Amino acid sequence: MVSTASETKLSVKDLSIRYGDHVALEGASFDVRENEIFGIIGPANSGKTSFIRAINRMDEMTPGMKVHGSIEFNGKPVDSWRNLYALRSRIGVVFPLPVGLPMSIYENVAFAAKLRGVRGKGALDEVVERCLRRSALWDEVKDRLDSLGSLLSGGQQQRLTIARALSQEPELLLLDEFSIAVDPVTTMRIEEVLKELKQEMTIVLVTNLTQQAQRLADRTAFFLEGQVVEVGETKAMFKGQTKDPRTTHYIEGRFG
Amino acid sequence: MTNETEDPVASAALPLSGGDRAANGAPGDQGGALFTATALDQKNARAERGYHSLFLLMSIVLILPVVAILGLLILRGGPAFSWEFFTEAPRAQFTEGGIFPALVGTLWLVVVALLASVPLGVAAAIYLSEYAKDNALTRLINLAIINLAGVPSIVHALFGLGAFVLFFDFGTSILAASLTLAIMTLPVVIVSTRETLQAVPQSFRMACWSLGATRWQTIRKVVLPNSVSGILTGVILEVSRTVGETAPVMFTGAVLFTPFLPQGVLDETMAMSLHLYMIATVIPDVPPEVPYGVALSLILMVLVLNSASIGFRVYLRGKKKW
Repeated sequence: MVSTASETKLSVKDLSIRYGDHVALEGASFDVRENEIFGIIGPANSGKTSFIRAINRMDEMTPGMKVHGSIEFNGKPVDSWRNLYALRSRIGVVFPLPVGLPMSIYENVAFAAKLRGVRGKGALDEVVERCLRRSALWDEVKDRLDSLGSLLSGGQQQRLTIARALSQEPELLLLDEFSIAVDPVTTMRIEEVLKELKQEMTIVLVTNLTQQAQRLADRTAFFLEGQVVEVGETKAMFKGQTKDPRTTHYIEGRFG
Repeated sequence: MTNETEDPVASAALPLSGGDRAANGAPGDQGGALFTATALDQKNARAERGYHSLFLLMSIVLILPVVAILGLLILRGGPAFSWEFFTEAPRAQFTEGGIFPALVGTLWLVVVALLASVPLGVAAAIYLSEYAKDNALTRLINLAIINLAGVPSIVHALFGLGAFVLFFDFGTSILAASLTLAIMTLPVVIVSTRETLQAVPQSFRMACWSLGATRWQTIRKVVLPNSVSGILTGVILEVSRTVGETAPVMFTGAVLFTPFLPQGVLDETMAMSLHLYMIATVIPDVPPEVPYGVALSLILMVLVLNSASIGFRVYLRGKKKW
């Protein structure tokens, strides 16, 4: 896919998400650009995870979740995709807690490729090795690809999850607080990988660690209690050039 | 949905305080005797021992009737066992010979019933667990299952007679009897399968879906492989019930005596349960150890059939992956 750096990947317009009477997100409007890392920061209950779910239409699978407004992916509203599976296969998701599917390490990473129709040991081997290398897990597991993914340590499983998401060759990678279950050293290694990956894909990074957003994100959105307080260039935001004083307060950790 | 695991860094950074202990009602001994059990600790420990004994006692009470029944049957029915008992047909007005045709007949009934009810029940359970939204149709189906489970077996028998023997014109046959048994045991299979499917963590499904897998791909690759052992539990329950049912087969497929072994599903057959009922209540001059022997064989048959599926289940559970 040929694209310029400023092209819009996701366009969010007046997005609201509700669970019954509970409003998770209200009136969110912003764009995510092609090949950027878009950070989303904010305290618990601010609608970050709900937003991630709305992008790949998990509302379809979540009882009670209602999405209003629109999210355009490549200029096409996600709720107009008739084939949800085609949409989801273009979007990689990494959840806060690692989910090693109950199959071998190899199968975990080869799964998406098989769904795509990749056949043959050689082709699958290639996908598995490439994705595991990129997620900085290859060296640790290359001798035991047939053992269970769920037997790996938490940090390794999270890297497995990232490898699995990469095996989809996604255009858009959604990371929902991926570093919760990962040690700081591994987190740093994954962050390095993400910086490279943004050459190839757009990344939305939901994080609790404002420092992580500062290190990685080109632009950052601050979510608070279901509102998007502001969206801006990360550098400027962390220098204190914010439109809303609450953003500065949150970033500086004197939130009350 | 809110994310409860949010901000673990902040909470992990908090030093673990000894506040819990103080809250237990012994604020006084926080500083000095750190490991002295308080009155509350001792009370909790006593209650714990009490409940432990209570539950143990209940389990033992549960086992007693099983032991008593088995003991009685072995004691009184054991003498009836011989090679002839298991390999020959009854002779001389059921006073001699064995139970071979009934044994074979019951096997036929169970196998055909399983062939009908397991695919149907598992498919229905998959629908209810994986596809159904909470709407009027789903509630109707659930209601139907509950009602089906509550129907007495004699009513199933009459239904089977009307539907399979007469309306579909299968005649008095293994097919009619097995379908009746299948319908009767369907709720067991559906409910136990549905419970098993729902025990597969939702996070597996989410992960699978987000890879672009369809519901069916998710079911086939992740949900089913991890619930086979639970589904088999339902099948075991079904086998036990099918083997022992008398009323449904009496009207639909089982006969008191036939000199022939069934050759196909449209033949009528002898069955263990009906055989036992008849020789215990209707037929005169049957040696007293024979009914006990048949009852013991019936139980042994359930055990053999079940241990096969239990063995398979243990094998699969060994491969369970989370």
